[in-house]
Amino acid sequence: MMKKAQKTNWVLTIILILGTLTVFFPLYMAVIIAFKQPSEMTNDVAGALSFPERWSLDNFKQAMEVTDFWHSLGNSLLITLTTIVLAILIHSIAGYAIGRGMAKKKSFRLIYLYVVSGMFVPFSILMMPLVKQTAQMGLGNRAGVILLYVVFYMPMNVLLYTGYLKNIPVALEEAADIDGASTWKTYWKIVFPMMMPMHATVAILTALGTWNDVMTPLVIMSGTGQNTLPLAQLNFQTQFGTNYNLAFASYILALIPILIFYIICQKQILNGVANGAVKG
Amino acid sequence: MKKKMSNRDKTFWAIIIPVLVLFFTFNTLPMIKGIIYSFTNYKGYGSYDYVGFRNYIDLFSDARVGKSYLFTFKYALAGTILVNVLSLIMALGLNSRIRFKSALRGIYFVPNILGGLVIGYIFSFFFTYILPAVGNTFHISFLQNSILASEKYAWIGVLIVGVWQAVAMNTIIYISGLQTVPQDVYEASMLDGASKWKEFWKVTLPLVMPFVTINLVLSTKNFLMVFDQIMSLTKGGPAQSTESISYLIYRNGMDGGQFGFQSANAVIFFFVIVAISVFQMTVMNKKEEQL
Repeated sequence: MMKKAQKTNWVLTIILILGTLTVFFPLYMAVIIAFKQPSEMTNDVAGALSFPERWSLDNFKQAMEVTDFWHSLGNSLLITLTTIVLAILIHSIAGYAIGRGMAKKKSFRLIYLYVVSGMFVPFSILMMPLVKQTAQMGLGNRAGVILLYVVFYMPMNVLLYTGYLKNIPVALEEAADIDGASTWKTYWKIVFPMMMPMHATVAILTALGTWNDVMTPLVIMSGTGQNTLPLAQLNFQTQFGTNYNLAFASYILALIPILIFYIICQKQILNGVANGAVKG
Repeated sequence: MKKKMSNRDKTFWAIIIPVLVLFFTFNTLPMIKGIIYSFTNYKGYGSYDYVGFRNYIDLFSDARVGKSYLFTFKYALAGTILVNVLSLIMALGLNSRIRFKSALRGIYFVPNILGGLVIGYIFSFFFTYILPAVGNTFHISFLQNSILASEKYAWIGVLIVGVWQAVAMNTIIYISGLQTVPQDVYEASMLDGASKWKEFWKVTLPLVMPFVTINLVLSTKNFLMVFDQIMSLTKGGPAQSTESISYLIYRNGMDGGQFGFQSANAVIFFFVIVAISVFQMTVMNKKEEQL
């Protein structure tokens, strides 16, 4: 009985391996086209899917120039990294104050509900007033986008942090309190480090959301001439014209950073996503 | 002791107040402004007047708005069902006794980390050139023209891309759901001689019901708010057949001189999302209790 249960299901394994073609095929197609020259793009299936005559990086070089790749990449990195750092610092301490306060006081419970209910507010309803508001405040730029992300991800992250806080016994803080440490100090020295697993989850969920987001930078930064990686694809779409090879080289360039990040941190990302969903 | 605790409370308030100010300024305030604009004929520039409920009344007779709601609901309904069925099957497969488990899980998650916009562009090429080329080679008339150019079928193209990306996410959530089912439950059902099919319906599914709730709410909300894929695949076309609510609000609200009117649309859209989410959660909670 036990032996039978431990046997590998090879049929299923093979089906699932073949199924990965649904993931690989579009990416394969994109890579192949990115390496080809427009003259190789014949009007049949082979034109798009056969190997290029020679593997040259010319398309990528050209795409980098056309879309100002390094600049866009820099903006994307700046926005995403700053958002993550701010989210971990601000959302965790807000989650801490709300979570601990909530256990004793009704007012904190109301604040919790107020912030978390923000999850249901679609960007559409905020979009138009926010464009006006950020422009008036001089925030129609990268800083404004970062600030908005910190606000938009607050409901989810506060929910995650307050949820996680329930696993951390208050006794530790009370002991520190008796020793005369301030709440502020107790938080940064004791509680903040203990929330490490949740920091990882928050960082990953926030990063995946902000890195790929198009709508916020599209409406907020439109006057600045600055691009994020996805925004560059949108804004330079007309310049690619019918040169699909150039366009695809640019798409591949836009996908590479997050793919590298995923390959390095795959385990943490999958755990983070699962954690976030389960706790949320 | 009492004084100490009040110091603690003071610190809490000192933390929460600036955070609340920030949250209010960039979330609640624009929402209130949006609601106020929805009662005006504001174009996005120049002067404007209050028009009462005019925009709301007009919304219900506006053909383009109606069309966008129809498309969005059709898309969200089909997408939610497809994604949840597919990802539950995927999760069952990826959670069973297979080889290369973690590698396969890793690969199937890739579509979710890639941005919807770029993925849309890649699929757009696939629908516009590759599929018709396949159709021509094998003389399949259905495929010979790009589905994105067809008023009737373009939404299916958008749906395929949306599902391709969303399945990845929901599969991971279902896998973590399946892992919460204790092994001895399966052993017990095996000893009872239950078939695999019966075991799924009677044992596995009831136990992962909370995860079905999470996934239904998440995927419905995401599908309802579809934007990136529309932007890169169809731009709402052909003949506005794939114009989602978010896309319409963006298009006509930002550039189309309908700031006030689309604000009203956004307010209604907000209530629709809240109503659907609350409805799903209540129904599913009842289901969970029954089981």
